[in-house]
Amino acid sequence: MSLDKHQMAALVARDIPAGAYVNLGIGQPTLVADHLAPDSGVVLHTENGMLSMGPAAPGDAADPDLINAGKVPVTELPGAAYFHHADSFAMMRGGHLDVCVLGAFQVSVTGDLANWHTGDPDAIPAVGGAMDLAIGAKSVYVMMTLFARDGSPKLVPACTYPLTGVGCVDRVYTDLATFTITGDAVIVRETFGISVGELSDRLALPLR
Amino acid sequence: MSVTICDTAAQAVAGVSDGSTVLVGGFGLAGMPVQLIEALIEQGATGLTVVSNNAGNGDTGLAALLAQGRVRKVMCSFPRQADSYIFDDLYRSGRIELEVIPQGTLAERIRAGGAGIGAFYSPTGVGTPLAQGRETRELDGRTYVLEYPITGDVALIGAHRSDRLGNLVYRKTARNFGPVMATAAALVAAQVSEVVATGALDPEAVVTPGIYVDRVVAV
Repeated sequence: MSLDKHQMAALVARDIPAGAYVNLGIGQPTLVADHLAPDSGVVLHTENGMLSMGPAAPGDAADPDLINAGKVPVTELPGAAYFHHADSFAMMRGGHLDVCVLGAFQVSVTGDLANWHTGDPDAIPAVGGAMDLAIGAKSVYVMMTLFARDGSPKLVPACTYPLTGVGCVDRVYTDLATFTITGDAVIVRETFGISVGELSDRLALPLR
Repeated sequence: MSVTICDTAAQAVAGVSDGSTVLVGGFGLAGMPVQLIEALIEQGATGLTVVSNNAGNGDTGLAALLAQGRVRKVMCSFPRQADSYIFDDLYRSGRIELEVIPQGTLAERIRAGGAGIGAFYSPTGVGTPLAQGRETRELDGRTYVLEYPITGDVALIGAHRSDRLGNLVYRKTARNFGPVMATAAALVAAQVSEVVATGALDPEAVVTPGIYVDRVVAV
């Protein structure tokens, strides 16, 4: 059976080391927070200037001054710290975050990431913190469906969408399989309802 | 020069010239200096270049300034949002110029502008369309792209409290761009929820020292 987004998020959470400083990207990656063990000691960073970010704030507790990168009202955990944007991105660029989890349009076999722009001339480009996260975090995990709605693979020999970062992705978590990207090879870690041979055929990629 | 505690937001934005570069704090609406922007709309300056993380949300604040046709160019990291319809419309009809800058690069360029740094090399964006055609340099085996500082004629920021010397403290994630923007403009105006007596702020907790701040207004 292929995985749903909650099961994918659980797999990502399982692989995040205890005590890690982690940034979860906007969208599906935020689901990872629901699957972190309470005693894991993982500290969540949000790009708009906070460590030890807590879960989303219930409606009546929403504080417009306390939001996450997706501009959703959140809460603070004991030990939380606030800081300005230049410091927040120094934490990324300077290699202080252990893991970031991002969504993607495409990931290449060498770990290039495309997740900010479709290249459609009518699309308004908006990059946010994606490029800083992609090159800054010590480990970059991508969470995405393995195939786009039109059936085309999202793990590709070379990205056709505009790049976010070059050679930056370490692991890919999808509905059908999880992969390690070493730079030289794509290694299948686990599959879900599909054989490695079938996967290799559908992706038209050499897999290990 | 020492800070002026203004009675009105209009006083805090008086004298902004047409064609100014305006740094506008806030991440979404958190820390957005809405009353200062409304005063700037009243004040009438036009042909502005706005430097901000986003390009307006809904109909208030920065979005209202854009809707009035006062902004020639936006320099930001993330213009496209669920409620950025005013910007989207201006952009698609070719009535506004956009420079998209990675968020950390935006913050650091402003920081550099305030800190007297001539330029710096950053690894962010290397190999992407945003670094295309730009000067790069390999340092210790890694490729970096040259980034230039950003300064403003004016910075409008939202803080939590000020004392009468313009020392500022912020509240939660509303801090965001305020501290860096406060260092990087010729005229820095801060709106706060409260102006307290000098000495009433814990000196250890001051985030923006008053040396950076020119005008403060409680809203």
